Amino acid sequence: MAIMSLVSFNGALELGLIYALMALGVYITYRILDFPDLTVDGSFTTGAAISVLMISHGQSPLLATLAGMAGGMAAGACTGLLHTKGKINGLLAGILMMIALYSINLRIMGKPNLPVKVQDSLFGGFIKSDAWTIGGISWLYLAMLAVVAGLVWLLLFAFLKTDLGLSLRATGDNKRMIRSFGGNTDRTTIIGVSLSNGLVALSGALIAQDAGFADISMGIGMIVIGLASVIIGEAIFGARGVLGTTLAVVVGAVVYRVVIAAALNADWLHLKSSDLKIITAAIVIVALVVPTANRALKQRRQARRRTAEIASASAKGGK
Amino acid sequence: MLTIRSASKLFNPGTVDEKVALMDVNLHLDKGDFVTVIGSNGAGKSTLMNLISGVMKPDLGSVSIGGTDITVRSEAQRSRWIGRVFQDPMAGTAPNMTIEENLAMAYNRGRKRGLSWAVTSRRRAVFREQLSKLGIGLENRLTAKVGLLSGGERQALSLLMATFTEPDILLLDEHTAALDPARAELITRLTETLVREMNLTTLMVTHNMEQAIRLGNRLIMMDKGRIILDIPASRKDGLTVQRLLGEFEQISGQKLADDRLVLG
Repeated sequence: MAIMSLVSFNGALELGLIYALMALGVYITYRILDFPDLTVDGSFTTGAAISVLMISHGQSPLLATLAGMAGGMAAGACTGLLHTKGKINGLLAGILMMIALYSINLRIMGKPNLPVKVQDSLFGGFIKSDAWTIGGISWLYLAMLAVVAGLVWLLLFAFLKTDLGLSLRATGDNKRMIRSFGGNTDRTTIIGVSLSNGLVALSGALIAQDAGFADISMGIGMIVIGLASVIIGEAIFGARGVLGTTLAVVVGAVVYRVVIAAALNADWLHLKSSDLKIITAAIVIVALVVPTANRALKQRRQARRRTAEIASASAKGGK
Repeated sequence: MLTIRSASKLFNPGTVDEKVALMDVNLHLDKGDFVTVIGSNGAGKSTLMNLISGVMKPDLGSVSIGGTDITVRSEAQRSRWIGRVFQDPMAGTAPNMTIEENLAMAYNRGRKRGLSWAVTSRRRAVFREQLSKLGIGLENRLTAKVGLLSGGERQALSLLMATFTEPDILLLDEHTAALDPARAELITRLTETLVREMNLTTLMVTHNMEQAIRLGNRLIMMDKGRIILDIPASRKDGLTVQRLLGEFEQISGQKLADDRLVLG
């Protein structure tokens, strides 16, 4: 029995590659800057709202998508400013922006749900294409998305290896150190959070164009999905350097989508799509708790063994 | 090179916890001076370092380097002139980044950080050559994460990162205090070599009196926020721990009592 049909597998891969951009954004804040940024729940929708609005007004889909990304970057910069210059706790700064963005997104869209014709979207021509057909479905759109995700991953990886990228990473790793070498950690934090939300908004813009609408609630839980992708990727690959970890995040996002699709396809589980969020939360909780508990257990075992060794050695030596 | 004029700093001013951290301190270092600083806890040594590095600003007085008044400059702006090594071996390096990446960040001390590659083959050659000066084999581990190094190795790397761009001022804040004796000795020797080779103007805080006497060409002793003793090179040669303690008692009228002071 097949776990899922080829069509839903293809669809899961497509969604996974789009969400991978969002996951890379979350990786920048959560892992690199050590800043759990909740802005993403709002900025994901902002990217969707701006791009759908512009496309439905006849603008070029490329311009609309980039404008959506810019909207996310602006939102991220605000969060960064609130945190660094306003000295507001990072979590709270993100929540404040997320709430503010809810109103802003509604203003942009004018109503809670804004449709867009899929054939007008950035990859509309590919979505409806018959080219590259294997097993009765076209893989061209998937290939296009793979190119986009690959390009973004490559650019991000390259950026993290530049002088600015290094000081961004050091900001999350050892603030005191990079400051002592003249690194402006406020600046790198703002750049990082802004870049992160730009990627999240880009992902939101592409998701909306794929689905054919932007919805005011589409960003809810994005941060958790992003975390799940980062954690799944690291669990599969292990956290190995910038190259490995960023690639792991992309793969993690795709695997997450495939797993979710498989779970929804399994009729015996009786899952509804509204159950997705609790499954995601459960994945993240398990992934966070298990390694910590494991490590504590291992440490205790090793301590006991070593103490016994030393004790028996000194007992022998003493007599 | 470094001039501090009538610098004063109060902690918690106007509260019951008010404390004089530094009172009317004047200090001048010439180019190439290597000054060791000793004193008991709360004497103002760390505050003095913090005023120079810009972590704190003086309430009164001024700090200048090479004739430029830097009193109001931020910590980041001052980093062009100042190299620092902290007491905590973990503080001076980024653990999740590689040795060469850490060095690349140090290489850009005080410069604008843009979008050019951080580690180029040209820079890597410089890093390898510099690391080989430490003599602990780090030049063969350029791509190892710094978090995998021992405390002594990390402190040696911190020392190199603070010095190899030849800063105008080098601040060493008890940078051997957290290491075991063998590693502390290694770092002390490296400090001596690097400072001499590059003729760095250095201010070193230490709790080890023997080290304070052995290193450098000048020794100052602080107490209750003031410099109470300033021993120039001419008198430093014949100095012993006993005579230093004697001088302290004579000036301050009390015994030097501090658990952390290492006498021998």
